[in-house]
Amino acid sequence: MSAEPTPFDPERFLRHPMGHGGALGLRYGAHGDDWCELVLPFDPRLIGDVDRGVLASGPIIAMLDMATSVAVWMKRGGFVPHATLDLRVDYLRPATAGRAVIGRGECYRITRSIAFVRGIAHDGDPGDPVAHVAGTFMHTGAQ
Amino acid sequence: MDGTLPPYADLLGITIEPGEGAPVLAMPFRDEVLGRPGFVHCGALAGLLEMAAITALRHALAQESRGDARIKPVNVTVDFMRGGREKYTYAQGKVGRLGTRIANVEAFAWQDDPDRPVAAARMNFLIR
Repeated sequence: MSAEPTPFDPERFLRHPMGHGGALGLRYGAHGDDWCELVLPFDPRLIGDVDRGVLASGPIIAMLDMATSVAVWMKRGGFVPHATLDLRVDYLRPATAGRAVIGRGECYRITRSIAFVRGIAHDGDPGDPVAHVAGTFMHTGAQ
Repeated sequence: MDGTLPPYADLLGITIEPGEGAPVLAMPFRDEVLGRPGFVHCGALAGLLEMAAITALRHALAQESRGDARIKPVNVTVDFMRGGREKYTYAQGKVGRLGTRIANVEAFAWQDDPDRPVAAARMNFLIR
């Protein structure tokens, strides 16, 4: 690896999210050694199905991308530059209109170049998720 | 819903380009879609690809006079091939198979050259 991970505090990093995370209203939830939880408050601007008042799937995939990304940095022991290689999301059921959605990402395996992640999104009960995610990130600073 | 996009598409700044066939969507580079400095957020690219897949499916359904059908995304797989830079990103969906209950749709996103995609998605939809 060309560079050591930079010390990283997810709560501070996510206190005032910039760019797309800020536009979505994403907030920090919690984190551990290899996981991170984010909160996507309900917002009518994020609706994808006007008839049912259901959130679009895009904001959920964006949140899961960010939650799993932070999970990789937790597992690597700090921030490293990386790029999302792929993400797969299964939409198990629509999120309940009006409820915040919680996204939990976990990094379960890292190699020199690749980090493997998985996670769920739920709207109150982790046992009844709205979506599952699996994906990989590539460490762009690795040789 | 050809020609109309949901609120989430407005948040991304997406507009529909005039033309024949499956709609081409255009997303400007703005702070709302920014990821790391100078690059489009992967989530915004995924959102754009999903919207392109949905509009392509709506277009195909309308051509079969099934415009009132309801569609539900079952899953999406997104591959990110290149960083999206500080410029417009375009996306277009392509319906692989349109059945009575399931549709398989691909979508590609590009910036300068459609043959050099920045990201691609495959989606499965349930149709009711």
